[in-house]
Amino acid sequence: MSAEVPEAASAEEQKEMEDKVTSPEKAEEAKLKARYPHLGQKPGGSDFLRKRLQKGQKYFDSGDYNMAKAKMKNKQLPTAAPDKTEVTGDHIPTPQDLPQRKPSLVTSKLAG
Amino acid sequence: MAGAGGGGCPAGGNDLQWCFSQVKGAVDEDVAEADVISTVEFSHSGDLLATGDKGGRVVIFQREQENKSRPHSRGEYNVYSTFQSHEPEFDYLKSLEIEEKINKIRWLPRQSAARFLLSTNDKTIKLWKISERDKRAEGCNLQDEDGRLRDPSSVTALRVPILKPMDLMVEANPRRIFANAHTYHINSISVNSDHETYLSADDLRINLWHLEITDRSFNIVDIKPANMEELTEVITAAEFHPHQCNVLVYSSSKGTIRLCDMRSSALCDRHSKFFEEPEDPSSRSFFSEIISSVSDVKFSHSGRYMMTRDYLSVKVWDLNMESRPVETHQVHEYLRSKLCSLYENDCIFDKFECCWNGCDSAIMTGSYNNFFRMFDRTTWRDVTLEASRENSKPRASLKPRRVCAGGKRKKDEVSVDSLDFSKKILHTAWHPAENIIAVAATNNLYIFQDKAN
Repeated sequence: MSAEVPEAASAEEQKEMEDKVTSPEKAEEAKLKARYPHLGQKPGGSDFLRKRLQKGQKYFDSGDYNMAKAKMKNKQLPTAAPDKTEVTGDHIPTPQDLPQRKPSLVTSKLAG
Repeated sequence: MAGAGGGGCPAGGNDLQWCFSQVKGAVDEDVAEADVISTVEFSHSGDLLATGDKGGRVVIFQREQENKSRPHSRGEYNVYSTFQSHEPEFDYLKSLEIEEKINKIRWLPRQSAARFLLSTNDKTIKLWKISERDKRAEGCNLQDEDGRLRDPSSVTALRVPILKPMDLMVEANPRRIFANAHTYHINSISVNSDHETYLSADDLRINLWHLEITDRSFNIVDIKPANMEELTEVITAAEFHPHQCNVLVYSSSKGTIRLCDMRSSALCDRHSKFFEEPEDPSSRSFFSEIISSVSDVKFSHSGRYMMTRDYLSVKVWDLNMESRPVETHQVHEYLRSKLCSLYENDCIFDKFECCWNGCDSAIMTGSYNNFFRMFDRTTWRDVTLEASRENSKPRASLKPRRVCAGGKRKKDEVSVDSLDFSKKILHTAWHPAENIIAVAATNNLYIFQDKAN
C-alpha cells in the first residue's frame, strides 16, 4: 500500500514537470489564473482593445462645468483641495483640475 | 568577410566588429518623461539622423564630412537642427488629452537643397522643411540693416544688394499641417514611392494624403466594426511598398498582415494577400494573442520581403508566400517563462521596432536591459549587444552579451531574473548604405559603427 502512493504522486509530478518543460507559456498562464481567478475568457478581446482606444481620456465635461457655473452664479465653484488628484462625488471637474500640460520650453538634452 | 570583395554591399551583422562611436543625451539617473526618445530615422542618404521624443521635440544630427585636419571626427554625427514639432493639446469636446509625443518621423526623398520630413503625434502630421542659410543680403533698398522697413518715399537712389556670407543657420519651418483626419491614435506614416502621397494609419483606419493638400484625405482602409462590441483586432503598423506605389501592407494585433492593392478598389477593406502563420491549437494560451501582436512591419529595400516584429520574435516573409514566414528569429525566447510577470507590469505590451541593413542581409531589433539583437540572414548567425555608458570609450569594441535562461549561470552571462525591464530598446535604425547603427536607449542615443569604417 505504502509503495503505491509515492508512485502515483511521482507520476503526477512528472506530468506537471513535463507540462512545464513542454509549455512554459501554459505554466505562466496557470500562474496568472491563480492570481486573478476572474480574468476574462477573451484576453485579447474587446475590453482590452477598447481600453487601448480610449487612451488619453480625462474627465472634464464642458456642459457640466458651464451648468454648474450658471447655478452658482456669483459664487466660486468648489475647487479640489490642492493635494487631491482625483475628482470624486459632487465635485465638478474644472479646467484647473486638469493636469497642466505645457509644451517643453527646454531644448532637448540630445542637442546639448 | 562576406561582401568585402564586391562593391556596394557591406557585410552583414556578424562578420563585423561593432564599436562604440558616440552617445547623445544626459547622464542623469532621473530621466524626465519628455526626454524619452520615441523615434529614430536616418535620411535616405544617411547623412542626416532624426530623433523625436515624448516632449514633442525633434533633433536632427548631421554626419561630419571627411576632414583631413580632424581625422577622428570623420563620420561623427553632430547636432544640425532642433525644433519643437508638436505641443500638448487638450480636446475639451471629447475630453481627450493629446500627447505631444512624436510617434514617427519619415524623411521625404531629397529633391532640392532643402530637406523635408514628416513627423506625427497621435493626431496630427506635420511636414517640416529644414533649410540652410549661409548668406545674407546687405544693402537692401527697402530695409535697414537691422530689418526695420524704410519708407519707400525716402528712397532716392537704387542700389543692388550684395550677398555676404554669414554663419550657417539651419531653419525648420512647418510647411503643411495635416490635422483632424484621425479619430484614433496614429501609429504609422509612410511616404509613397511616387513621392507625392503618403499614408497615415491609426488603430482602425488608414488614410491617404497628397503632400500638397491638407484639407482632404482619402480613407483607404477602415476596419471599424458597426458595433464596437464586436471589435476584435486593431491596426498596429502600416507601410507602403518601396517601389510599387499601389501596394501597402498593414499588420494587426492578432499577428496577421494584409497586403492591399490600391488599383483593385478605392476602399482597400478586402486584402489582396493575407499573411498568417498557422498556430498549433494545443499550444494556445491566454498570452498567445497578445504576444502574436505585430508591433512593426518593414519592407526589405528590395521589396521582395517584409519583416514583422512580435513580442518574442522577428519574422521574415516572402511576399509571394502567405502561408508562413520564410525565416523566424528568436529575440528573447527566455521571456516565455516570464510572461505572467511581464503581463502584470505591462511589459508584454511593449512595442519593439525592427530594421533592415542597406542590402537586406541583416536585421536588427531591440530587447530589454539595453540589449539589442542582430541577425545575419546569410550566415544565420546572431549576436546580442548592449548599449551602455560603461562601454563608451571611442572605438571600443562591443562584446557579445549572453542571457542565461536557467540553471548554472556562466561567467559574463546575465540571468533572466536580473534583466532590467525598464531599460528597453524599442527604436533602432540602420544607415541605408553603411554599417552605422543608431540605438535609442530611453533618453540616450547611441551610435555604433563597424570597425572597418
